Amino acid sequence: MKNETHNQTDTRESVTFGTDRNKDFSKEPLCLSGKDVTRIFQNGKTVTTAVDHVSFEFHKGELVSIVGESGSGKTTLSKMLLGLLEPTSGQIFYRGEPRDISTGAKKRRYWEGIQAIFQDPFSSFNVFHKIDDVLLDCINMRGMRNLSKDEKFAMMSDACSFVNLKFAELTNKYPFELSGGQMQRLMIARIFLLKPEILLADEPTSMIDACSRATILDMLLNLRNETGMTVIFITHDIGLAYYISDSIYIMEHGKFVEKGRAEEVILQPKASYTKRLISDVPKIHEPWDLSTVG
Amino acid sequence: MKSTLRNILHSPRFMVGFVIFMTMVLTVLIYPYFVPRNPLLSLGKGFLPPGTYFSVYDANNAPTFRVELPEADTNRLQNDLPQSDRKLMLDFLKAKGVDTSGLSSGNDKIADLLEAWKANYDEADVKSSKYEGFTTQAKRRALAKLDKKLNDFLSNASMKVIRGEGEDLQEKNVSGTEYTRVDQLANSVSLPLGTDNFGRDTLTELVQATGVSLLIGLIAGTVATLLGLIVGLLAGYVGGLVDDILMFVANIFTVIPGFVLLILIYYSVGQEARGIITCAMVIGLTSWVWTARSVRSQVISLRNRDHVNLSKLSGHSLFRIVTTDILPYIASYVVMAFILQVSSGILAEAQLSLLGLGPKTTEVPTLGLMMNWAKLFGAYTSSNAWWAYFPVILVIALTSFSLNLMNTGLDQVFNPTLRE
Repeated sequence: MKNETHNQTDTRESVTFGTDRNKDFSKEPLCLSGKDVTRIFQNGKTVTTAVDHVSFEFHKGELVSIVGESGSGKTTLSKMLLGLLEPTSGQIFYRGEPRDISTGAKKRRYWEGIQAIFQDPFSSFNVFHKIDDVLLDCINMRGMRNLSKDEKFAMMSDACSFVNLKFAELTNKYPFELSGGQMQRLMIARIFLLKPEILLADEPTSMIDACSRATILDMLLNLRNETGMTVIFITHDIGLAYYISDSIYIMEHGKFVEKGRAEEVILQPKASYTKRLISDVPKIHEPWDLSTVG
Repeated sequence: MKSTLRNILHSPRFMVGFVIFMTMVLTVLIYPYFVPRNPLLSLGKGFLPPGTYFSVYDANNAPTFRVELPEADTNRLQNDLPQSDRKLMLDFLKAKGVDTSGLSSGNDKIADLLEAWKANYDEADVKSSKYEGFTTQAKRRALAKLDKKLNDFLSNASMKVIRGEGEDLQEKNVSGTEYTRVDQLANSVSLPLGTDNFGRDTLTELVQATGVSLLIGLIAGTVATLLGLIVGLLAGYVGGLVDDILMFVANIFTVIPGFVLLILIYYSVGQEARGIITCAMVIGLTSWVWTARSVRSQVISLRNRDHVNLSKLSGHSLFRIVTTDILPYIASYVVMAFILQVSSGILAEAQLSLLGLGPKTTEVPTLGLMMNWAKLFGAYTSSNAWWAYFPVILVIALTSFSLNLMNTGLDQVFNPTLRE
């Protein structure tokens, strides 16, 4: 049964992928890497090791997926990568050097290089701020506060048209007046304006319907291709990860059980957890093998 | 924002509370223009029941008032002319040789007696004629005095009310056969709620006391809410050591009963130093804890929201994140907490003043002080002067009721699960 599943996956090599499979990113300079990064949460006598000695290397321009089920420590890891949470032990390196975010100013400098798209578009926006303010804030953040009104308007329109939104229709509106898919696209527009070096997308499509999901993924890929930013894509859906990633890290109980180039991980999975994840992807015209579940 | 406002205006509870509250506030603001009297001015002595009073002479030793009411002459003579005077009149008439067979000192004959007196008495004649029994100076003077007294009773055909002396003289003539409104008289006073033990107009006093108590509640509420908000925001958002220290202080305040603390502070400050501002500040400084705790817990749930994380990633300062990404989300809660703090501030002042720990008694009245005075001077018991305390209780209850009504109304608007 499992072999069949793999054979089935093999046939997908003919599918057009979102990413260029032949490019070897390991030669690109290191963008973000980590060594033995650990995060332990302690609440009284309860000790939870959310992230357990993980090491990783993300290269410039690479699209990396971190795949794992709920509770595997993906979100904790992403918060540490973003600098919103300090690792209990281990070291994170930024551009090959130990990351230093000890002061507010250093944090702000770091955040100029890394940005995020979160899972829930409905809670990602401050409901009291208009869309114009959200986008204007990005322009100001890049130090272009002094641009003329028209230039700012042109930049915002550009960003919106990049994600197939019309700025003229959005101006003076509040984010909650948009649909989930539109909000997530607006988030991408925000990233397009900010042009950070690294984008961390924490399950950006998990709360979006399937049609919008493809659009969002395409936009993320376009963004990567146009700007050459490193994209760290965090997901529980290994099928999605395979479709767009250059490298995949499989995370289980706070540890990376498998990592490598996307086709290696998916086509020749070594860890049993990876195999299970792959077999858990439902397929049309085929009975779903539930024997591996749980 | 617009729809929230509309929801608030359409909330019956809020509107009822708001109307009651605003009526009280407007009364407090407008009333002094109609009754510019000092609320602590004594108008009489002791508890006067509600009514309109016609002041014969002022309790503050102001110039004497003279009231002349000739229309009521017969009644007045019947009531006020002593038998000794009547006898004197009869004696004089007999001495002068007038036929007194039809006259007597009885009430039914008083008009005739008066007529005979008017016809026969003449001061110069008495002096020169020396009638029998009226030869001495003293006797003659007694007659002159009696005549003047009668003239005072019967002087004019109209009623005259005179107040003041010299240029300040106010005079008003009213036809003797007419009825006149008492408030047209210069020296009348309408006391819809009577007077308190010091003879002060209860209504005027109550209106000012309501204003002062509202001010105390407002100051106490503002202090408590601001302090609670700042502590809660800092403890909740910054967390860590700051949280531990602030919550340690808050816990200390929580375990000491606030009211006992208030009593101790008030007592140690001493009554002379207790102005209304001091009182309000002390109430505010002891009641911030619950606001701080609940703001803190709300901020903790907010600080890990995605929009706050995103704001951090945008490099915004702590101040900006707290004021634009956290504060607006808890604003509705803070407004409601503020309303409750105002209400409990007013109640705390009333409780403390009732115990005799209120603000200085010589400057302004407060609702609590009025209750205290009513208690001290036996309005509840010996004097049975309901007007001195019942309206005060009513105002305290109404204030508290209206504020709480506004609070639950707002709660329903901001928390749709509570809507009916």
